[in-house]
Amino acid sequence: MILLTFLRIHWIGMKRDRVVQALTFLLPIMFFSIFATVFSNQADPTRKVRVAVVDEDQTAYSQQLMKALMAEGSLDVRVTAAKEGGNGAMLDRAAAEALVRDGDVPVAVVLPKGIGTAGMFPTSDPSQVRPKVLLLADVSDPVAPQVVSGMLQKVAFTAAPQTMAVEGMTMFEKYTGPMTEAQRQMIDAWKRGEGPTIPSGSTSESAVGLPVEVVNVMQPDQGDTSMVSFYAAGIGVMFLLFSCSGAGGTLLDEEESGTLDRLIGSRAGMGGVLFGKWVFLMLMGISQLTVMFSWGQLVFGLPLTSHLPGFVVVTLFTAAAAASFGLVLATVSRSRAQLSGLSTIVILAMSAVGGSMFPRFLMSDTMQQFGLITFNAWALDGYLKVFWREVPLWELWPQVAVLAGLTGVFLTTSRWLARRWETT
Amino acid sequence: MTTDQHAVPLLVRDARKRFGDVEALAGASIEVRRGELVGLLGPNGAGKTTMIRAIAGRVALDSGSIQLFGRTVTARDPRREIGVVPQELAIYGLLTARENLEAFGVLYGVRGADLRVRVDWALEWSDLKDRAQESVKRFSGGMKRRLNIAIGLMHSPAIVLLDEPTVGVDPQSRERIYEMLASLQASGVGVVLTTHHLEEAERRCERIVIIDHGRIVAAGTLGELLAAARSGGRTLTMVLDVPWPAAADVPDGFSLSADRLTVTAAVEDGGRDVAARIDTVTRLGARVQDLSLAGASLQDVFIGLTGRELRE
Repeated sequence: MILLTFLRIHWIGMKRDRVVQALTFLLPIMFFSIFATVFSNQADPTRKVRVAVVDEDQTAYSQQLMKALMAEGSLDVRVTAAKEGGNGAMLDRAAAEALVRDGDVPVAVVLPKGIGTAGMFPTSDPSQVRPKVLLLADVSDPVAPQVVSGMLQKVAFTAAPQTMAVEGMTMFEKYTGPMTEAQRQMIDAWKRGEGPTIPSGSTSESAVGLPVEVVNVMQPDQGDTSMVSFYAAGIGVMFLLFSCSGAGGTLLDEEESGTLDRLIGSRAGMGGVLFGKWVFLMLMGISQLTVMFSWGQLVFGLPLTSHLPGFVVVTLFTAAAAASFGLVLATVSRSRAQLSGLSTIVILAMSAVGGSMFPRFLMSDTMQQFGLITFNAWALDGYLKVFWREVPLWELWPQVAVLAGLTGVFLTTSRWLARRWETT
Repeated sequence: MTTDQHAVPLLVRDARKRFGDVEALAGASIEVRRGELVGLLGPNGAGKTTMIRAIAGRVALDSGSIQLFGRTVTARDPRREIGVVPQELAIYGLLTARENLEAFGVLYGVRGADLRVRVDWALEWSDLKDRAQESVKRFSGGMKRRLNIAIGLMHSPAIVLLDEPTVGVDPQSRERIYEMLASLQASGVGVVLTTHHLEEAERRCERIVIIDHGRIVAAGTLGELLAAARSGGRTLTMVLDVPWPAAADVPDGFSLSADRLTVTAAVEDGGRDVAARIDTVTRLGARVQDLSLAGASLQDVFIGLTGRELRE
């Protein structure tokens, strides 16, 4: 009976509390859906990897490779400087690297001079250095270089079978002596397409195939530590939003205690109260992000001091927008409990879609575009531009403009919502 | 219109305010003079808080007027002459008493040396000087109440509005709060307070205003209210030695207790009316064993004017 009484009390409480219901049932379903969408799109076989190809060799072999890459359904190949239509000058190495650095493509393939004559088989002569195919990569996307590397090996074997066969025969004769006349006639017949199919076998990529070297064009001197900046920004922005909504909730505490009435009645008025809170939340956010990135530098080698101006700009506008967003959440909520539930749902959803939890560049193009509706995506793009792409300050203008615009919209919205506390 | 220091500090005329279907104020008028303590009484939902909030500028009247020292003010006009002390403890618990006073002092326009002087005065006045540096969350209920009142006075208002200033505090703190209010009165500050402690209003307020259904149903000194009340000011209570005869009807003007052993009646005159009431009872067959004569209280007046019906 006692147990039943407790069950009844808690059941009624839950039944009448929409926030608890949302947190218990809606939130997990929402997150399941978001991550399912993100990861199912990730595994989507139709998703193409964008790749730029530079042909420095200009031989029949290199052109065969390039054509084969373009024919690959899993690659979206770009060979000219012009984005659409494939017109314009052919890409050179510098232009392709610029495309990677600007984030237009995650990887560029450079077919260097001499690749057509070096062949696909290793040589025993140490004086002969085989030119390597270069993959100029933005290693913040660890998947794209792997995919492109694999596709290169595939097309090397399938696009130029005759080249490979001839090379194979040459290697055979080199190590085993010349072939007999009968053997040579059979080989010639096969080359004319009259012989039996050669069964495929396994090859060691390191010994046979195109020698490939992945070059990190983003920050070759800093190695993997630079990815820390992504995680610092992602986690930092998400918790910044939580902090701002929590601190913005003091408005609701003040309403409950009657202090808000007293504040509104003072010379500050409602506008002054909101402005004061916004400035405080912004300063708190700047401090929080600074502590986060400083810790990243101290412990994980994040290059904060060498990117200080960009960090200051993005942090300032990110904190301003997050502070105003916190005020919107606080002014739209009717109680602390409502604020807590609402901010948990909204911030976690924004963080998932906006890339705080899972990098947007690993999402499908649709999800990447969809993510731009969130505040997180613009803030994270800003930090990536500063720490990863190392763009000049002025190139941060799209992120700064959007964050500043959002700040204005959020502040106006919170001021409008706060009218309910004013004179009735 | 400019402020006239010789004019009545606060004059509300024919205040009307409707919230949807509810008429919170239905033509209420009130006046507060210099150094006067006015008790604003009324059942729950009678319009007290709406009146206080209208005077404070937090509610815009549909019609009627509010004058401060002869100056008519709208809801948007500043009201530096007014100090508001809400029923809730509108203070910051993590701040010390001094920090609270300083913060609200600045927000209400007190600056520099004047701010220091006012903070010291407020700490002294509220008897919190020794605890000035302590976090407010450690204060007792009475101390928090006193600080809550002191904050409302930081900008030296000429009129102070207090909504239930003594709710939830012990008798000692209540006494202290009324001493504080008396000192304010002595300095010429007009005080309006709402309270449900009728005996407090009876003892402390110079004038009492009773509001019900948004209208002022009585206003005046306690004596004036008692004189105007239906009971005439005295109640005769007669205790019978045996229950009131079942066959006899209770005459008009008399009321009988549930056990039929006590009869009460209102009397106008202490001598002749008492004798007449006893005579009426004995002629109907009852015998009076004991009797008492009591003056009517503010409680009687209040119930008489606003009724016994619960207001929820």
